[in-house]
Amino acid sequence: MRIAVCIKQVPDTEARLRLSGDGTWIDEEDLSFVINESDTYALEEALQIAERTDGEVVVFSLGPERVREALRKALALGAVRAVHLQDPAFLGGDGLTVGRALAGAIAAEGFDLVLTGSQSDDVGFGSIGSIIAGELGWPHAWLVMGVVLDEANHKVKVAREMEGGMNEISNLDLPAVLEVQAGLNKPRYASLKGIMQAKKKEISEPGPGDLGLAPEGLGESGAKIEVISVAFPETGKGAQMIEGDAETAAKTLVEKLQKEARIL
Amino acid sequence: MSKKIWIVLQQRDGKIHKMAWEAVRAGQILAAEVGGTAEAVLLGSGLEEAASEVGQCSLAAVHVADDANLAEYTPGRFVRTLEAAINAAQPAYVLFPHTYQTVDFLGRLAQSLDAALVPEVVAFETVDGSVEWQRPILGGKMFAKVRAKGSGPVLVSLQSGAYSADEVEKGSAPIESLNLDYADMAADREILGVEEAAGGEVDLSQAPVIVSVGRGLGDEEKMPIMQDLADALGAELGASRPVIDSGWLPRDRQIGSSGQTVTPKLYVAAGISGAIQHLVGMKGSQVIVAINKDASAPIFNVADYGIVGDLHEVVPAVTAALKEASGD
Repeated sequence: MRIAVCIKQVPDTEARLRLSGDGTWIDEEDLSFVINESDTYALEEALQIAERTDGEVVVFSLGPERVREALRKALALGAVRAVHLQDPAFLGGDGLTVGRALAGAIAAEGFDLVLTGSQSDDVGFGSIGSIIAGELGWPHAWLVMGVVLDEANHKVKVAREMEGGMNEISNLDLPAVLEVQAGLNKPRYASLKGIMQAKKKEISEPGPGDLGLAPEGLGESGAKIEVISVAFPETGKGAQMIEGDAETAAKTLVEKLQKEARIL
Repeated sequence: MSKKIWIVLQQRDGKIHKMAWEAVRAGQILAAEVGGTAEAVLLGSGLEEAASEVGQCSLAAVHVADDANLAEYTPGRFVRTLEAAINAAQPAYVLFPHTYQTVDFLGRLAQSLDAALVPEVVAFETVDGSVEWQRPILGGKMFAKVRAKGSGPVLVSLQSGAYSADEVEKGSAPIESLNLDYADMAADREILGVEEAAGGEVDLSQAPVIVSVGRGLGDEEKMPIMQDLADALGAELGASRPVIDSGWLPRDRQIGSSGQTVTPKLYVAAGISGAIQHLVGMKGSQVIVAINKDASAPIFNVADYGIVGDLHEVVPAVTAALKEASGD
């Protein structure tokens, strides 16, 4: 089974964030980046399916030069090849243009399954997989917590998370797009051998023309929304902040819970 | 021409989702701000009672797509139905509750309509005739203001709690049937059923005190300091999603949109930054204490008491202070 995995490189969620100069994003200088958390589960699931079905995993990502590092890591984990959409025409868009570009790159090859994370930890649209599915005309499911392949009947059975601890169980016809929820499996670590092999694996960088995509539907020119500004929320709006070293703060807290909140 | 604002409601067995009422309120406010009319849309089967319930709100119309083919939600049929209806009526804005069902199909609907997509909105305001939408980014650590550009409908989903269901204005709205050819619409998913996710043993909803732990714990080996605090408070242990995904605690301890919703007397959140998915599961707690090393963590916005510090020092100190206070 041939599987495409779409990953995004995002700021490390533990990173200290600062505003960029124009106030429409964060300052990326000195920021550390990682593969988006739910995408790591999508990649692991794809690698496991490929191992069971004697298949292969090709990894796709859209973003600037720095994204190469994330792709290299995916190659070290076991993807056979990577596609990096970093032509300026692809950048600066919204969910629709990113989905359109990734779908174009996926359609340029043949795949049985597309896996991606359910939501990015930075912008968090949660829609890229379903946009890709719409472009490809394939079925999809969001927030996938279980995947059982039925290769003989060309179907996949998925458990999709619902609110309140319930899962919806359904069958999708292949090819399909699955948007994987974190926690689906246990992502592996790269082996030294994998890291060495990754250095020799191909990362191709097709432009819009190579994929038969019109540039006006991509990137900034194709986007239907624009960011006006980003900002930090006011902190401690309701909270009474308790100062002092750990011991002092702890004593004050217990006192307040007893005498002020009266709940102890 | 006055702008149409559509609110697509979610229902199950004729019962309207609570967040859908919040979206109705948002739609009424938006209609007043842009000088438009708010209209509701209901999809499903056997919707007579639900439609008449929605009809008691101050809305210009309730459009109903009532057909056996829509009895079960499938993205294929819901997207085709909404696509046809939106193309015919040309609403300027289409609002949705930001539920798991909405997110499942909303990207696909935006793609098929080539429409602007603004998910997870927590607030909006009208500036010089254009609507600025505010939504959380980076796990709620920051907010972005965005606006649509170009023409065509703007699809917006509203995060839980952003607008109040209790403030929906009452009125009377005509109920109109959307006459579409549903038989032509293929389901792209064969629904086999609904089952409980693994491990639903512990019911945290009845616990009077909950001590909840997040990624900030850093290491599973440190869990005993959380258990000690829970014991000192007579509390149940809860956790945010990353702790569960890492396997540090079983899934039935998860609090948040994909876990349990709790409203204890006292909720202590340690090492939890406060992503919206966690906040929706605990913000109704009576008293919230947050312990986090990052002073800008959004958890401090919902907390009553906050301590900025390393939980590995603060949590054992609170346990010790509790024991001292109770005379142990």
